[in-house]
Amino acid sequence: MGTESCGRCGHHMVSRDTLSLQKVWAWWVVGLICYIPANLYPMLATRTLVSKDEGTIIGGAVELAHHGSWGIALIIIFASVVIPIGKFMAVAALALGVKNGSRMSPLRRHQLYEVVEYIGRWSMIDVFVVAILSSLVQLGSLASIQPGKASLFFALSVIFTMLSAQSFDSRMIWDQEDGNPDLPPARPPAPPVLPDASAQSGPETPPETAQKAPA
Amino acid sequence: MPQTALGPEQMTTDQPPQDLAALIACPKCDAVYRATDPGTGERAVCARCHTVLIAPRKRAGKQIIAIALAVVVLVIAATIFPFLSIRAAGVVHDSSILDAALAFSSSPLLVVLSLAVAALIVFFPVMRALLAIYVLTPLVLDRPPFPGAIRAFRLSEALRPWSMAEIFAIGCAVALVKVADLALVAFGPAFWMFSALVILMMLQDSYMCRYSVWKSLEK
Repeated sequence: MGTESCGRCGHHMVSRDTLSLQKVWAWWVVGLICYIPANLYPMLATRTLVSKDEGTIIGGAVELAHHGSWGIALIIIFASVVIPIGKFMAVAALALGVKNGSRMSPLRRHQLYEVVEYIGRWSMIDVFVVAILSSLVQLGSLASIQPGKASLFFALSVIFTMLSAQSFDSRMIWDQEDGNPDLPPARPPAPPVLPDASAQSGPETPPETAQKAPA
Repeated sequence: MPQTALGPEQMTTDQPPQDLAALIACPKCDAVYRATDPGTGERAVCARCHTVLIAPRKRAGKQIIAIALAVVVLVIAATIFPFLSIRAAGVVHDSSILDAALAFSSSPLLVVLSLAVAALIVFFPVMRALLAIYVLTPLVLDRPPFPGAIRAFRLSEALRPWSMAEIFAIGCAVALVKVADLALVAFGPAFWMFSALVILMMLQDSYMCRYSVWKSLEK
């Protein structure tokens, strides 16, 4: 009771991380900054006997579409553009929702958070593809692929957004429902495992508010 | 799989302190329940946010140790053997996982990335497997846990999102599609090892019931 660290795993213990939202926004901004050069610099430099071209992420997808591979082009656009931008928007929506309240039900926002946390790691796939391609396609003068600067920035962007999502304390979504919308004030050192109001507000969220689509 | 959602009637606010050990707080949304051990094949799920709280399995410890050992052996083997090989106009080139990680080492700016990729696809998965063996072996043998087991398990849980072997495996498939019309690509032995690895690691994660492990570590 009132201990500084968890008696079980020894981790430093606070009821709520008061800096959680600040950390979320800090990582979010750095992630967004890294995402810009990730799209401006070339991701891959392909050199063949006759040509040498450097393609950005979007450039590569557009080129694939010109060649008629619409499917792959769509996958690339989805994985490297739609998902990262959607992730930025989702994390921002969650953080704003904690601060200003949200029309989405806590359950919906919790699900959105889980999706962001799950999908976040998968953006790394682009960096791995570049790694595989540039280690595999080394055929001397015939053809070779070199990684471009964008790969570094893209990896950093993915890592920073993962950290941003991890900094978000999902319990804050539920604190509002429990009737304490303010961010973790200096709470009296209550027994940390017992949130004060979880019993009176029912655990089930009304299904009609759960219909709204995630942002 | 039947699920026992802990009902709201089990929520509690005014427990005497001596009952704290019988309580479980959902790590994701902080609802507090009085923990009842679910039966075989059952799971305890948070009624509010649907996070799985307790999911014990019979002999999970031994199974996880076995899987973790297999993971360590497979990762080491998969790093050495060629992963993919490419053939175009008589030129053949092999690539191992180590080569893939080192692909970024050509320019000084990207060396950092090289290290990061190696960590994400090789070191973190191996480290998680080794940590699992270290933490669980004494528990399975009914001995007191090894020193530092608590910190080891916490580290292993913290590394969970950063172990990205399965993403690398899917990345391979994407890379294959991209190169397929440029040259002839063949799988090396490491590719199959890696596929097995991905499945094993998913099993390892799904067998691991954190609640049960923490409870045993506390004894």
